[in-house]
Amino acid sequence: MNQGYLGLDIGSISTKGVIIDENDKIIAGEYIWTQGNPIDAVKKILIELKKQITDKNIAVVSVGTTGSARKLIGSMLGANIVKNEITAHAVGTLSVYPDVRTIFEIGGQDSKIIIIDNGIVVDYAMNTLCAAGTGSFLSSQAKRLGVRVEDFGKIALTSSNPTKIAARCTVFAESDLVHKAQIGHKREDIIAGLCAAVVSNYLNNVGKGKAIRPPIVFQGGVSKNIGVIKAFEDVTKEKILVDENSHLMGAVGVAILSKKHRQDKDFNFNVCEMDFETKGIECGKCPNNCEIICFYRNGRLIDAWGNRCQNGDVMAMASKNMTSV
Amino acid sequence: MQKTISFPHMGNYNVPIENMLRHIFAGHKIMTAPNITKRTLELGSKHSPDFVCVPFKYNLGNYIEALESGANVLIQAGGGCRYGYYAEVQEQILRDLGYKFEFVKLMSGKVNPVDLYRVSKRIGTPLSFGRFLYFVLLAIDMVKKLDELEAYIRENVGFEVVEGSLERLHAELLERLKRVDCFKELRAVYKTYGEKIRGVEINKPDDCLKVGIVGELYTLMEPFSNFFLERELAKSRIQVSRFITVTYLLFEKSRMKKKTLKSAGRYLKYELGADGTDSVEKSKTLAEKGYDGMIHVKPFGCIPEINAMPVLQNISRDYKMPILYFSFDSQTSETGIKTRLEAFIDMITMRKEKGV
Repeated sequence: MNQGYLGLDIGSISTKGVIIDENDKIIAGEYIWTQGNPIDAVKKILIELKKQITDKNIAVVSVGTTGSARKLIGSMLGANIVKNEITAHAVGTLSVYPDVRTIFEIGGQDSKIIIIDNGIVVDYAMNTLCAAGTGSFLSSQAKRLGVRVEDFGKIALTSSNPTKIAARCTVFAESDLVHKAQIGHKREDIIAGLCAAVVSNYLNNVGKGKAIRPPIVFQGGVSKNIGVIKAFEDVTKEKILVDENSHLMGAVGVAILSKKHRQDKDFNFNVCEMDFETKGIECGKCPNNCEIICFYRNGRLIDAWGNRCQNGDVMAMASKNMTSV
Repeated sequence: MQKTISFPHMGNYNVPIENMLRHIFAGHKIMTAPNITKRTLELGSKHSPDFVCVPFKYNLGNYIEALESGANVLIQAGGGCRYGYYAEVQEQILRDLGYKFEFVKLMSGKVNPVDLYRVSKRIGTPLSFGRFLYFVLLAIDMVKKLDELEAYIRENVGFEVVEGSLERLHAELLERLKRVDCFKELRAVYKTYGEKIRGVEINKPDDCLKVGIVGELYTLMEPFSNFFLERELAKSRIQVSRFITVTYLLFEKSRMKKKTLKSAGRYLKYELGADGTDSVEKSKTLAEKGYDGMIHVKPFGCIPEINAMPVLQNISRDYKMPILYFSFDSQTSETGIKTRLEAFIDMITMRKEKGV
């Protein structure tokens, strides 16, 4: 029986899961929407991944999680590594493009740039307050224009004269877009303009002050949009590499990290049938009122977090049986 | 009439300040504002202009909570940026909210003991000028000694053989300082705790990761406002160096102005205002010393520090030293901060391992 390593990247918009083999090759991979419920999304994705490996004689021996719900899902699955998205993306990308020097990543709610020198992350940046350079901006504008966001790229490529759209801020971009549409700009030009706006916002905010050198790899959900790829190529004058699994790179990265830190504990897919529940409680022991998240599996408390001091250490209290939370 | 005098928090400086006020205003009640919690920030944000920098919101929250617990004299200082206007605006906001209190603004311009005495006389100090000066100097000396010991703690915490020993001594020291009444006692406490603190067995490898933190003074010095950044770094066994302290701001900064600008070399021709010049100069100095990274913190919208950022990017590029930038506001979600910090720590760790 071969060993497999599971990596899950649970983002705000989408959840990605992969199982890799000893050589970091993807054996099973899946991408679904999180829909505001990371626990259910993970259950769904696990069922799908299990289906993909049924005839392959593979035992999953370690689990890693990344993405904004990494902590929650890490406890849910008993992951042996819980890592931030930046490290995970860098590790994943390096496994496919060992000589990469710049990684552009644009996801649903965030975007980042990672600068790599000789296979090591030497600098990075992540967007802070602005959603204009992210996937959710594109999908909300797609809805406004009545096109599927999946078709965005194709439509953008048909434009010969992209409309200029103010990219500084989502709100400005949106009002600019409405204005341009109302004075008669063609829809494909506006869509191409939006792709360019995302790129210009990204390079001006996240990429600001960073030395962008080829080879450049572009990933995250938005990397599936050929309109944005083209806009990046136009601005950087470089070839933009996009892997066929570019949307799964974070999951691949954390699977590799979990393989490195493996404890060879067989992973059981029957977590999908278990009942997980989170409960938020207010600590109430001081005016800070930390919101403590208690995490239950089949009604039993398995983890808790969110407390700023010892007073709110629910796990310690539970183990001492001092309280019945 | 007995007054209840209160003032806002910043780091552990409430200890020397409370000590000084307790002596100067004998007969009155001195009350440090209640500890900063989420509620403080919520109250402060609710009544502040949305775009004001976040220390304003913390201060205002401190005042409201102090007034709620019975304070009727509030003290505010002032500085070289928007901080210079905090006092007037905060006083007006609190009056509009209907509170009754006396508001004292110290240090408009230069620190002058005679002016300070005049203000204190108005509030109601029974002391002669000589005695008054004695306790001001005592507090200043206490700040200096505290800053010195805290700098040692900052660079060594996380490396103790017995985990938590420095934090415990630190807390003890602060409690003890509150009760100090004269220079002789202060020297004795400093000696005892200095020896105890330096005597804690430390297991710090010479090539441990070193990170400097620079930026705006309040977000640097008030741990609540920077999500306990220094503590997080210590947990990952990283040596943390910071230069901005009250000692530095009050007694060294203006004296070293020219030197600081000169030491920033080709990166600065003019001063950036407030602590911007220091952020640039310290980053350059630490880069030359081979530090593994810098963290730059500021409240959202802090102009002097925004001015410093493009220069810091040049330093980062020239010295190949990563710099992490944080902008704090009234948000209380730690996740975003933790993700970036964790990635930063991973990055400098891997760089070190691979010998970049």
